Amino acid sequence: MIRMSAFSWRFLKVWKRNLITYQKIWKVSFLTPLLEPILYILAFGMGIGVMIGEVRYSGVTISYTRFIAPALIAVAVMQNAFFETTYTSFVRMYFQRTFDGMLTTPLSLEEIILAEIVWAATKSAAAATIMLIVLGVFGYVEFPMGLLMIPIAFLGGLAFGAIGMVFTGITPTIDLFNLPIFLFITPMFLFSGTFFPITNLPEWAQPLAIAFPLYHIVELSRRFCIGIHEAGTLLSLGYLVGFSVLFIYMGLVSMRWRLIK
Amino acid sequence: MEPIIRVENLVKRFKTVTAVDGISFSVQHGEFFGLLGPNGAGKTTTIRMLYGFSPPTAGTLEIFGLNISRHWREIKSRIGVCQQENTLDPDLTVAQNLEIFASYFNISKEVALERAGELLSFFALSHRSEDKVSELSGGMSRRLTLARALINRPDILILDEPTTGLDPQSRYQMWERLDALKGKGLTVLMTTHYMEEAEKLCDRLVIVDHGQVLVEGNPQDLITRHTGGNVIEMTGHDAAALDFVRENDIQHDDLGDRLIIYTARDDTELNNIIIERFCAKKCTYRNSTLEDVFLRLTGRELRE
Repeated sequence: MIRMSAFSWRFLKVWKRNLITYQKIWKVSFLTPLLEPILYILAFGMGIGVMIGEVRYSGVTISYTRFIAPALIAVAVMQNAFFETTYTSFVRMYFQRTFDGMLTTPLSLEEIILAEIVWAATKSAAAATIMLIVLGVFGYVEFPMGLLMIPIAFLGGLAFGAIGMVFTGITPTIDLFNLPIFLFITPMFLFSGTFFPITNLPEWAQPLAIAFPLYHIVELSRRFCIGIHEAGTLLSLGYLVGFSVLFIYMGLVSMRWRLIK
Repeated sequence: MEPIIRVENLVKRFKTVTAVDGISFSVQHGEFFGLLGPNGAGKTTTIRMLYGFSPPTAGTLEIFGLNISRHWREIKSRIGVCQQENTLDPDLTVAQNLEIFASYFNISKEVALERAGELLSFFALSHRSEDKVSELSGGMSRRLTLARALINRPDILILDEPTTGLDPQSRYQMWERLDALKGKGLTVLMTTHYMEEAEKLCDRLVIVDHGQVLVEGNPQDLITRHTGGNVIEMTGHDAAALDFVRENDIQHDDLGDRLIIYTARDDTELNNIIIERFCAKKCTYRNSTLEDVFLRLTGRELRE
């Protein structure tokens, strides 16, 4: 169903189109990854962190703020990519008919969709970079190791951009994105070892947390930002690569099914 | 000569509907070709198959002698398409719409800038080049869409209802530009609802309905063949006139409260007889148009 001849480097032209439109609003877009970690660190560090104090994680005792700081980057990776290929791609596809226009050119649908996913991953990587700097200033990121989180953010962005695209291919209306957010994004945000170690979960729920992609980005983020982790690095990397490949394919199939009549 | 577009027994079936049911036509190099038909006749579906958006269910579709499903990229790099809906990129300025669109054709930035400048001036949009496309009027948006379709210097231009929804001035502007492009030898395939437009611009056209071709030909020939050239319209029911045209086997449409009689323009004798005998009052006498042909062939009932 997906033709290999449909792929070429031409997809970068669509990526560049998104970059150009993004540059018009970048000052506003950069505020979120710049300010959000500060707000979280303040709220958790001064508020909840004071009550909780320290966390026992992977055999080490660390301050609660130090525990959640890398997870904030992982959450931003998830949100940036997922919202880009759901709401933003849907607007381009449905309301602005941008893809229809592109499809009169030598671009293939596969190239357009791949470019959207890669663009989403780029946004994740950009957000992660800013957050690394901000959290680094607060002393929650160890450099230069922390810089490895930038390619990880890109990979995580591919995973979440791809799954967002699958939903865009099947959702009847833009309002129904609430459903995957409620059923998929919010539970992951809360239970992926982000705000408490998954060992606090009941035993039956732990494999469930590990089965979802955010857990692996959180783990890799802790691994590279503060050097502490519980999951195997290669395992998490392998998981994210496999997840991305599978869902990029499914995203392409679902968008073909939606658009090519 | 090998036609530039060759469509043979083209079929497009969706789950329950057959939108295109065995259409055949061909377009020659440099021809301005019209695809006419009422709503739902299968025009847009045909156009979508032509630019490779929609895969045909059956039949042959060749452009530049190439098969669309195998050589889609090559074909698409050599055609320009104006879709019916506005697909201009609202996130970009007028000039960027052309420049970034050019990049999808792998046109270099320098060439794109140069062509965008030329096209904006040809379509009288230079003064708006830095504006957002959402600020453009309907006519300007349509001209920009046409400019965008020309950015790759296409050999074929495909237009899906290029003037629908435009005011008379904008439509006139559009016709002028299209006529100029035709003068440059560009091959154009156009769908339209406006018979006046088709009559003015098209060298040859087909009228389609229910996914099939009804007639094909030059607009003037079609008018002569199907409506004689002359129309006498009588208001009010006149049984004698109706009997007369039936007995003499004259082309006509009986609409109940109106009778439309089609006669040859040079048949002065017949025309005079009808006028003298039946046109004591309430008669309109005019040249027949493509609209008469269209209505005769596709009927006067509302579609949808």
